[in-house]
Amino acid sequence: MRFRSTLARVRGLGAARSGTEQWWQERVTAAASIPLTIFLIWLGGKVAGRSYAETIEILGHPLVAIGLIIALSNMFWHMKLGMQAIIEDYVHGGSRVWLLLANNFSVAVFWVAGIYAVIRLGLGAS
Amino acid sequence: MPPAVHRPLSPHLQIYRPMLTMMMSIAHRLTGAALYFGSFLLVWWLTAAATGPDYFRFVQGIFSSWPGLVVLFLFSWALVHHFIGGMRHLIWDTGHGFDLPTVERMAQLNIAGSIVITIAIWVAAYLMRI
Repeated sequence: MRFRSTLARVRGLGAARSGTEQWWQERVTAAASIPLTIFLIWLGGKVAGRSYAETIEILGHPLVAIGLIIALSNMFWHMKLGMQAIIEDYVHGGSRVWLLLANNFSVAVFWVAGIYAVIRLGLGAS
Repeated sequence: MPPAVHRPLSPHLQIYRPMLTMMMSIAHRLTGAALYFGSFLLVWWLTAAATGPDYFRFVQGIFSSWPGLVVLFLFSWALVHHFIGGMRHLIWDTGHGFDLPTVERMAQLNIAGSIVITIAIWVAAYLMRI
């Protein structure tokens, strides 16, 4: 017997009314990571042992730059959610909120730095 | 605040006999956490490339030193391991592969596959340079 209303079933949310988004986003970013990881490994093999000039040329290709921006954005969101889950599972008490903030801030800073570097390389500014 | 009551706890890690699937669950988390910091290395390298030739060569020198190569090798292994482990989880999310022989077989394939694929990637990258 079903105790949930039809509206609740359509919304797909339980009594907490939220909370499945994080789980779902982890899965969506995981699925997106499948082709993006293959791309990153291919790129890693391509730039391995190259000179500065050759590396700059490879990273400056528009498709590589676009791929890197998508890969970094997807993986940093996946990372942020994953680290958040680890902190929420193991850290209790006062340090939890600080670690959650540190997680958000460090992911944001490295994501921005990565995107800035890729755009700079893509536009051939260096 | 009332005094702490020591109620019985559910059995934890040190109670259970270590099993492969349990170790693989821990390995999935550990590799995920390691990749978190590994991705910062990737951003450092990208930033170095965007900064200029001198700084790029300095960073490239660190990564191509023996300790640097060991870190990069472990980074790539963690990536492949987490990649395969993630696919295991995505398969479970569809409701498939929960019977014990399949679970055990997937865990074994995850370990063997991560090692074989990582070595294959390094060999392929090396051969492309020659």
